[in-house]
Amino acid sequence: MDLTIQENTGRNKIHPHKFAVWVGCGSILMMFASLTSAYVVRQAAGNWLEFQLPGIFKLSTLVILLSSLTLHASFIAFKKEKEKQYKTLLIVTYLLAILFFVFQYQGWVALAESGVPFTINPSGDFVYVISWFHAAHVIGGLAALTVALIHAFGLSFKVTPKRKTRFELTLTYWHFVDFLWVYLFIFLTFYR
Amino acid sequence: MANATTVTLDRDDKLIEELGFDDHFHEHEHGDKYKSNFITKYIFSMDHKIIARQFLITGMIWALIGAGMSLIFRLQLGFPEESLAWLRPLLGKWIEVNADTGIGTLAPEFYYALVTMHGTIIVFFVLTAGLSGTFSNLLIPLQLGARDMASPLLNMLSYWFFFLASVIMFYSLFLSTGPFSGGWVAYPPLSALPQASDGSGTGMTLWILSLVFFVISVGLGGINYITTVLNMRTKGMSMWRMPLTIWAFFVTAILALLSFPVLVSGFLLLMFDRGMGTSFYLSEIFIGGQALDHVGGSPILYQHLFWFLGHPEVYIIILPAMGLTSEVLAIHCRKPIFGYKAMVYSILAIGFLSFIVWAHHMFMSGVNPFIANFFVIFTLIIAVPSAVKVFNWITTIYKSNVRYNAASMFAIGFVSMFISGGLTGIFLGNSAIDIQMHDTYFVVAHFHIVMGVAAFFGMFAGVYHWFPKMFGRFMNETIGKMHFWGTLIGAYAIFWPMHYLGMAGVPRRYYRFDNFDTFSHFSEMNKFITIAAIVTFGFQLLMVVNFFYSIWKGKKVTSKNPWGATTLEWTTPIAPGHGNWPGKLPTVNRWAYDYGKNGEEFISQVEPMREGETEDH
Repeated sequence: MDLTIQENTGRNKIHPHKFAVWVGCGSILMMFASLTSAYVVRQAAGNWLEFQLPGIFKLSTLVILLSSLTLHASFIAFKKEKEKQYKTLLIVTYLLAILFFVFQYQGWVALAESGVPFTINPSGDFVYVISWFHAAHVIGGLAALTVALIHAFGLSFKVTPKRKTRFELTLTYWHFVDFLWVYLFIFLTFYR
Repeated sequence: MANATTVTLDRDDKLIEELGFDDHFHEHEHGDKYKSNFITKYIFSMDHKIIARQFLITGMIWALIGAGMSLIFRLQLGFPEESLAWLRPLLGKWIEVNADTGIGTLAPEFYYALVTMHGTIIVFFVLTAGLSGTFSNLLIPLQLGARDMASPLLNMLSYWFFFLASVIMFYSLFLSTGPFSGGWVAYPPLSALPQASDGSGTGMTLWILSLVFFVISVGLGGINYITTVLNMRTKGMSMWRMPLTIWAFFVTAILALLSFPVLVSGFLLLMFDRGMGTSFYLSEIFIGGQALDHVGGSPILYQHLFWFLGHPEVYIIILPAMGLTSEVLAIHCRKPIFGYKAMVYSILAIGFLSFIVWAHHMFMSGVNPFIANFFVIFTLIIAVPSAVKVFNWITTIYKSNVRYNAASMFAIGFVSMFISGGLTGIFLGNSAIDIQMHDTYFVVAHFHIVMGVAAFFGMFAGVYHWFPKMFGRFMNETIGKMHFWGTLIGAYAIFWPMHYLGMAGVPRRYYRFDNFDTFSHFSEMNKFITIAAIVTFGFQLLMVVNFFYSIWKGKKVTSKNPWGATTLEWTTPIAPGHGNWPGKLPTVNRWAYDYGKNGEEFISQVEPMREGETEDH
């Protein structure tokens, strides 16, 4: 079918699957926009515990930003047919992604230990729920990365339009969950 | 005439061959997945035409269940004294039979479950999935000149997520504690506390699970619709040449993708309140003298999140019906749709405004009256694009040579219903009048006419009109017309009297009224409404019989373009195979509404512009 679309829509500037991923990201963004709006509305109603976000979340933010960079570099290497660089960077990205989960988990533990365990106050609960829900979406990205790894090491190296598009889909989604976290991090840090 | 038609049809084929766009589609072997066995062809199909039919038939089954439920609670409202013991074989323990008198009464908690399920099923499963799912899938690729949707796989998943949602919801009907019974809006605390009522336990858990799968289905469908419309149009099909159906489906999909995720967020917080002990929505509550742990939550927050979906949702329901009506009216009036661009801008305006009016559902929940003013103004402004559309439909019908068949009559009926129901919306949109009208039968009458019955009329118009494209046969016209008159008169008989009930203050969702002196004189009116509902339901059964009979035994379609329409779906073979067009893709040279131009009855979109001819809009 992929081939069909390629030729059917050869006149288009953007591949329909890529466009579809953008639309899907817009939809997911609405989910988080509404959660942060709910946060604002709930906060205005009072009974709101103020606290500092644990510093470990800064680290996880740095890690996920870095993973976006490495994945992008891997994509560029793939396009330039630098096989070794492409594979190495892909593995680095994968490890950074796992590191992100580790840091997020430590962040939740640190938050609970700092006196804001789950269900103590909506202000803390929002942080937990929003970051958990975000993590769920990163798992989706991790699944895509896993597929990318299987493609990288299971198939013989060859740059084809189909594989380039596939890689771009993964890349787009990964950048999306990355910048989504940056937004959430900034929001949760400054809107207390 | 028959001769002339054949000539023009051959001409379409020739034009596609000459001017068409060769995408080399048929030079590739598409493998087994599209043509081989029964399962891949009819069940796990990725072909948009099969998926459309799957949505339609699933939607019809749900419509019968949902409407059947309304009959049961109408029996309770119309005849509260009569014995319902005869329903025991169907409803089992929900009919409580008095051992001494033998009189069976409907269990009050099941009454609420019926009302809740009726709303949920009709709003989501029938008028969202059954209507938009069916016609977006069928018409977007066909009318745009595409081989299929942008992603046939996601499209298939969209249906199967809907199916999964259906199975879960259906299963919840048979729980010993009953399905969810807290109203289709699922406000906390009824939805958030499992101990609040019988249906709030497992029933609510399954309800929320089902709807999450449903939202996934809508999301996957919507991504496909938007992507296909923006990226897969054939050569020459500019946005301004798209039929109004496509415009409507397109804006509908945008609304769905922006609003349904917000519902999921609302549900997410609700699930945490239900299962994990958070207090997003739950404030200090005592149950049986015991204080719960929850502190300081805001049930209004849920209402905001719910109605941020809930209001666009009514346009998700009505916009496809509007699109179908526009198209069917133009074709059967043999006239270009009046004010094509105004129609498009109205669809866009309605879509935009639908996002800034949600709190008009919450005037009585204690929102700030000054904020309410904002929502009143934008609510009333929606009347403007709606009125533009109504004006254009009427002007299209005016002085036209209407072909009165089931499709066009339902389209005209849609306009009638939309006017009747739309006008009462202007009453309800005013926060001051809403103080009296809120939660009365006036509201029930308003939304049933404007988005229930009207949307069904649009859907029926679509089904009768595109049945030949879906099944290669016609539905029976005589039964179709009987269905129309029965439904039109029946629907007004059911819902018109409800306005009077509502103005007198009769509240909705009550189990019985005969204990209230104030409302006792309405008992005859309630009987009348119940009888009208039963009769109208009978006419729908007629339609269902007609539908299934016609699939196998209906009059066969003999020419490719039986209605004499201009749009691309009628240039495909009578039974289009995978890829829709056997050879090249058609290219488009004109807009979709060249009817009665230059003395020709209709000019297909594939026809090149004549010398000196200008585009009409």
